[in-house]
Amino acid sequence: MKLCRGFVRLALGLMMLFALPAMAQATELEGVEADRYQGMINQLRCLVCQNQTIADSNAPLAQDLRDQVRTQIQSGRSDAEIIDYVTARYGDFVLYRPPFKRSTWLLWGGPFALLLGALAIAVSLMRRGRQRPVSAAVDPDRLRKLLDEESR
Amino acid sequence: MRVRYLAPIAVLIGLTVLFVFGLGHDPREVPSPLIGKPSPDFTLRVMGSDEPYQRSQLLGRPVLVNFFASWCAGCKVEHPLLMELSRRGVEIVGIDYKDTDAAARQWLDKHGNPYAKVIADVQGTAGLDWGVYGVPETFVLDAAGTIVYKQIGPMTEEAWITRIAPLMGAH
Repeated sequence: MKLCRGFVRLALGLMMLFALPAMAQATELEGVEADRYQGMINQLRCLVCQNQTIADSNAPLAQDLRDQVRTQIQSGRSDAEIIDYVTARYGDFVLYRPPFKRSTWLLWGGPFALLLGALAIAVSLMRRGRQRPVSAAVDPDRLRKLLDEESR
Repeated sequence: MRVRYLAPIAVLIGLTVLFVFGLGHDPREVPSPLIGKPSPDFTLRVMGSDEPYQRSQLLGRPVLVNFFASWCAGCKVEHPLLMELSRRGVEIVGIDYKDTDAAARQWLDKHGNPYAKVIADVQGTAGLDWGVYGVPETFVLDAAGTIVYKQIGPMTEEAWITRIAPLMGAH
């Protein structure tokens, strides 16, 4: 038991040791700057592993970009300037929220166009359903005949 | 036939066309915003020495700038073609990306050296400025230093013949 507890303590100690660099990095920026850093790295795409942000990715390129974002924030550059820096090199594709422009109108407008189309189809179907004459006129004689046959 | 019955078929055909286009498109190839722009400035050193090498030294003639590394698998794939191109007199400048001089030297000794000059970008700073996200990547520069084309991934015979050779005025 004592040996086991020793192992746990050792393992915990090792884990904390490995966590140190990450903690050291996180404390480099403070307050607003740290928030900006987090916001920034969570909206930039890692181009090596495309469905991850540079915050999530362990790729060396993501590491480089995180370092760039950090040093640029530290040197007092604005968010817009940093975005410009990254898109000048890697294009709008690095942005998880690309700007609205000629090449991206379909991306932004597409879902709304689909929604409108679906609504239009739904409305026209509902109208048609209402317009179709429901044969309300039940022939009482025929109904009686059918019921009579049933009960016979 | 009524339009009502044709509509689903039309939608299916539309989706199929989109699908075929999607298959032909490689999402890993991100178009570079640097095409048509002057190549980014840099000052690095020639691999294995302290001799500086700058952007200005790439000017005056069309040149291929190839980002490679000894640890890069795709670089081995394109290497024979680069060797062939250099034999045909195409000037290729290699930028050794995030690598050590010793490892790159060993790699070039083993596979052959197609480069007119090999530049060391140990930190990958030039790579970042050039928008490199995975080696190999090859930039085609015209005499004015403008990036006219970028090959993402290994250079292929097809890309060379159909796109790059005409841009460089080579055969």
